[in-house]
Amino acid sequence: MLEIGFVSAAAITASVLFILSLGGLSNQEKAKRAVWYGIVGMAVGVGFTIFGPGIGNVWLMAPMIVIGAAIGWYVAKKVEMTEMPQLVAALHSFVGLAAVFVAWNADIERLRVMMDRAAGLTAQDYSAFAALVSTKDPAELTFLQLEIIFAIFIGAVTFTGSVIAYGKLAGKVDGKPKQLPGGHMLNAAAAAASLLVAIWYMNLPADAAYSMVPLLILSALAFFIGWHLIQGIGGADMPVVVSMLNSYSGWAAAAIGFTLSNDLLIVTGALVGSSGAILSYIMCKAMNRKFINVILGGWGGATGEQQAVEGEMIAIDAGGVAAALNDADSVIIIPGYGMAVAQAQGAVSELTRKLRARGKEVRFAIHPVAGRLPGHMNVLLAEAKVPYDIVLEMDEINEDFPETDVAIVIGSNDIVNPAAQDDPNSPIAGMPVLEVWKAKQVFVSKRGAGTGYSGIENPLFFKENTRMFYGDAKASLDQLLPMIE
Amino acid sequence: MKIGAPREIIEGEARVAMTPDSARALQKLGHACLIEAGAGAGAGFSDAAYAEAGVEVVADASALFAAAEVVVKVREPRLEELERLRRGQTLISFFWPAQNEAALEAAKARGATVVAMDMVPRISRAQKMDALSSMANIAGYRAVIEAGANFGRFFTGQVTAAGKVPPARVLVVGAGVAGLAAIGASTSLGAITLAFDVRPEVAEQIESMGAEFVFLDFDEAAQDGAATGGYAAPSSPEFREKQLEKFRELAPDIDIVITTALIPGRPAPKLWTEDMVKLMKRGSVIVDLAAEKGGNCDLTVPDARIVTDNGVIVIGYTDFPSRMAAQASTLYATNIRHMLTDLTPEKDGTIVHNMEDDVIRGATVAHDGEITFPPPPPKVKAIAAQKPKEKKKELTAEEKRAAEMAAFRSQTRSQVLLLAAGGALMLLLGQIAPASFMQHFIVFVLACFVGFQVIWGVSHSLHTPLMAVTNAISGIIVLGAILQIGSGNWIVVILAAFSVLIATINIVGGFVVTRRMLAMFQKS
Repeated sequence: MLEIGFVSAAAITASVLFILSLGGLSNQEKAKRAVWYGIVGMAVGVGFTIFGPGIGNVWLMAPMIVIGAAIGWYVAKKVEMTEMPQLVAALHSFVGLAAVFVAWNADIERLRVMMDRAAGLTAQDYSAFAALVSTKDPAELTFLQLEIIFAIFIGAVTFTGSVIAYGKLAGKVDGKPKQLPGGHMLNAAAAAASLLVAIWYMNLPADAAYSMVPLLILSALAFFIGWHLIQGIGGADMPVVVSMLNSYSGWAAAAIGFTLSNDLLIVTGALVGSSGAILSYIMCKAMNRKFINVILGGWGGATGEQQAVEGEMIAIDAGGVAAALNDADSVIIIPGYGMAVAQAQGAVSELTRKLRARGKEVRFAIHPVAGRLPGHMNVLLAEAKVPYDIVLEMDEINEDFPETDVAIVIGSNDIVNPAAQDDPNSPIAGMPVLEVWKAKQVFVSKRGAGTGYSGIENPLFFKENTRMFYGDAKASLDQLLPMIE
Repeated sequence: MKIGAPREIIEGEARVAMTPDSARALQKLGHACLIEAGAGAGAGFSDAAYAEAGVEVVADASALFAAAEVVVKVREPRLEELERLRRGQTLISFFWPAQNEAALEAAKARGATVVAMDMVPRISRAQKMDALSSMANIAGYRAVIEAGANFGRFFTGQVTAAGKVPPARVLVVGAGVAGLAAIGASTSLGAITLAFDVRPEVAEQIESMGAEFVFLDFDEAAQDGAATGGYAAPSSPEFREKQLEKFRELAPDIDIVITTALIPGRPAPKLWTEDMVKLMKRGSVIVDLAAEKGGNCDLTVPDARIVTDNGVIVIGYTDFPSRMAAQASTLYATNIRHMLTDLTPEKDGTIVHNMEDDVIRGATVAHDGEITFPPPPPKVKAIAAQKPKEKKKELTAEEKRAAEMAAFRSQTRSQVLLLAAGGALMLLLGQIAPASFMQHFIVFVLACFVGFQVIWGVSHSLHTPLMAVTNAISGIIVLGAILQIGSGNWIVVILAAFSVLIATINIVGGFVVTRRMLAMFQKS
C-alpha cells in the first residue's frame, strides 16, 4: 500500500504528461513521442491509484482491466481507418456511461453514510469512497449532491448522443436530421423537467431512502435529450457533433473528479473538455456557422432566392482525364467524404505516386470539414501512404489554384462550392471554400449528377473548365491508372 | 438517316463539312454518311480516306442531294443548291438568314428544314457547335500568319552577332474570339502586343492572353455586354472620337494592325482611318478581318492585298478559314457533328427536331414550309449579368492605425469586462462553496486554461489523432470507478466493476488506435 503522498505525486506527474501529450501533437514527428507520454501518464495515474490507500476488491478490478484492455486492443487493431469516426463516437459513449454509473455509486455511498449517521452509527469503519464521504460536513455534502447532478446529466447526454452519432456514422441509423414532433421544444421541456427533478433531489432530507428515484428520472431525461439532440443533426455536421461529444466526455470526467475530490480527474477532464470545445469551434468556423445553429440542426440564415445555375454539366471519360493529367505539370487533389465511402484512398495514393514519378507536382488540399471527423482525410491519406508534406490545409493552398493545371475533386461537394462566395442567398454563403474553379481545368469524380449531402446546388459542376468524371471514385480511378504514362 | 456533304461550289472555298473522323462519330449515332466525290480534296481529305471511314462516295451533287436526308455544308447555299432540296430534307450550313431573304423564301418554298450554323445562340451549352467562334479562332490565328508573311521583320526581338532586332509591335483592335486568337498567336511569336476593345470587361481576358489592354480614359456608363449577347454595340460619337485619337497616337509606333471589330447586323465601323495609315512606317502591315463587312480600315479592298503610297500593306482577304482548310474543316465538321448529336437525342439514327430546345430553335430558320426566323429570345441568357464592381477604399496609414487602435481598445474592453464578470462570479461562488470545493475549482479553471493554450498549437492534420488521444485519456474516469470498487455495497461494486471494464476499453483502444494512425504519417 502506497502513501497518499505517492498518489498525489503520481497525479501531478500524470497531469504534466497528459499536457505534454496533447501539446506534442503540434507536428507529426513529435506526435509519435507524445502518445507515449499519454500512455505513461495513464499508467502512472491508474497504477498509483490502484496501489494507493483505500482501494479494495482488487481481485474483481484486475480481471475487468485485463478484459477491457483485451477488447480495446482487439477493436483498435481491427478497425478500418475509414471507420475511425464511428470508433471515436463509440468510445465517447463509454466515458459517458461510466460517468453515469460512477455518479450513481457516489449517491448510493452518500446515502449509506447518511443513513448510518441518522441511526447514530458514527464510528463505522467505511471503505473506499464512503470513507471520504463520512469526513464531509453538511455544506460539502450539498455540493457533493450538486456535483452528482452535473455528472449524471453530462454523462447521460454524452452516452446517448454518442450512441446515436455512432449509429449515424456507421450507417445503422438514418443520417438525415429527424426529430419527434415538437422538435427543440421537447428538448427544452426535458431540460426544464431535469431542473425540477434536480431541485427535488436537492431538497430531499439527507437520509431519504429513495434519493435514487430523482436521480434515475434525471438520468432518463438526460438520456432522452442526448438521443433527441443528436438525432436532429444532419450527417454533414458530424465533425462538429463528434468533437462536441468529445468535449462533453471531458466535462463529464471533470464533474466526476469534483464528486470524488480527485484532482487528476478534474485536470484531465478539463483538458479533454477544452480540446473538444476548440475543435468544435474550428469546425464551425470552417463552415461559417454558429455553434448553436449546428447543435439545433438545419442550415441557418438562408434568405431569399438562390441564384439559378446556368450551363450544363459536361461529362468526360477516363481517357480524357488521363490525357489532361499527362499534359499537366501541377495537380491538386481535393478529397472528400466520397473518397472514404468508395475506399478510394489507395487508388488516389497510387495515382499520386505515378504522377510524382513523372516529375509532376501533386498536392492535396484538405478543407477543415472534409470527411466526418476533424482531420479525417489526413488520416485516410496517411493510411494509403501519401506523404504528409504534400497534404496541405485550405489556407496554405487556396492561393495556388490559379497556377494549377488540373484540380481533381474526389467525392467532395460543398467545400468546393463557389456559391459560398458568389451567392449571398446560398445556405452556405460566407463559408470558406477551396477555390478549385480557378484551376485551369477541374475534374469532378462523382457518382451521379445529383446534389450532395446538403442538397445544395453546386455551380462548380456547371463551369466551363469543369468536366464531370462520373462513377464510383475507386472504379473510376482504377480505370484511369493504367492510362497514366 | 443518311447524312451527305456536297462539294462547296463557291469559288476558292476549300473547306468541307464532313471529315473522315466526324463521319466515324456520326456513324456511332446510327447515321449513314455520304460524300460527293472530291469534296474533301481542298482540305486534304481524299475520297479513299472517306471510303475507309465507311462513307459512301457519291459521284455528283445531284445524286447526293437525292440520296441524303440531311445535307451538311459550309458556305451559304446558292440558289441552284436550294432548288435541289425537297420537303422533309434538312440542310445544315452557314446561312446568314438576315442578309439572304431570297434564300429563305426558296427554302420555304421547297419545304425543307434549314439549320443555320451562324444562328446558334451564344449560350454555354451551345459552345460546342458555335461554328462562328471556331472559324473566328482560325481567322485570328491566320491573320497573324498572313501579317507575318507580309512583314519584313521578326516578330520577336533578338540580339544577334549580326545586330539587334527590335520586337514587332502588334495592335489588335476588337478582342472577340478572332481578336483573342490573334493576340495569342502574336504573343507566342514574341511580338509586343497591344489590344483594344470597347467592352471594358474584356480587359481581363486580354491581359490573360499576355497582351496589354489599351486603356481609354472615358467616363461613360459601361455597356453591359450581357445585354447584347456578348457582342459589341455601337458606341457614342464622343467615345469614337476619343478612340480614334488614341489610335492616332499609337499609329506611328505600330508595325502590325489586326482589326476584328464587327457589330452584328451593321457594316463594320471605320476605326483605322486613312490618316492613321499615313502615320505608319513603311513596311507595316494591316490585316482587316472585317473586310467582308466593308472593313475597319478606310483603305481595305475586300479579297485583295494592296500597298499604299507610303508602303503600308493592307490585307483584305475574306477567306482566312478557307486558307487553313484542313484545320477549319476539322473544327467545322466537329461543330456539325455536335449539332447532329443534339438532333439525335436517342443516338439511334433518328432525327428529332425539337423546336422547344433553345439551341435547335434558335438555329432553325426554316421548318416545315415556314420561315422561323428570327427566333424568339432564348430562355437562357448568354452571359450572366455583369455585377457592379465594388471599389475597395484604400485606407490611409492613419485611418488604418486608428482602426487598429479601435479594435485593440474594444478587445481590451471586452476582455476586461469578461474578467471582471468572471471574477465577480468566482467571488460569489467562494461565498457559498466550501473551501475544499474551491481548491478543486482552481485546479479545474487552470486546467481549462492550459488546455486552451495547448490545443491551439495542434496541427490541423492531426485532429483525428487528437480526438483519439483525448478519448483515451478521458478514460481516466476509470479512477472514479477504482476509487469506488472497494465499497461494502454490492450494487456499487458491480456498477464500478462495469465502469472499470468500459473505461479500460476506452483507454487501451484510444491509445492503440492513435499509435496506429501516427505510425502511418510518413514524410516523402
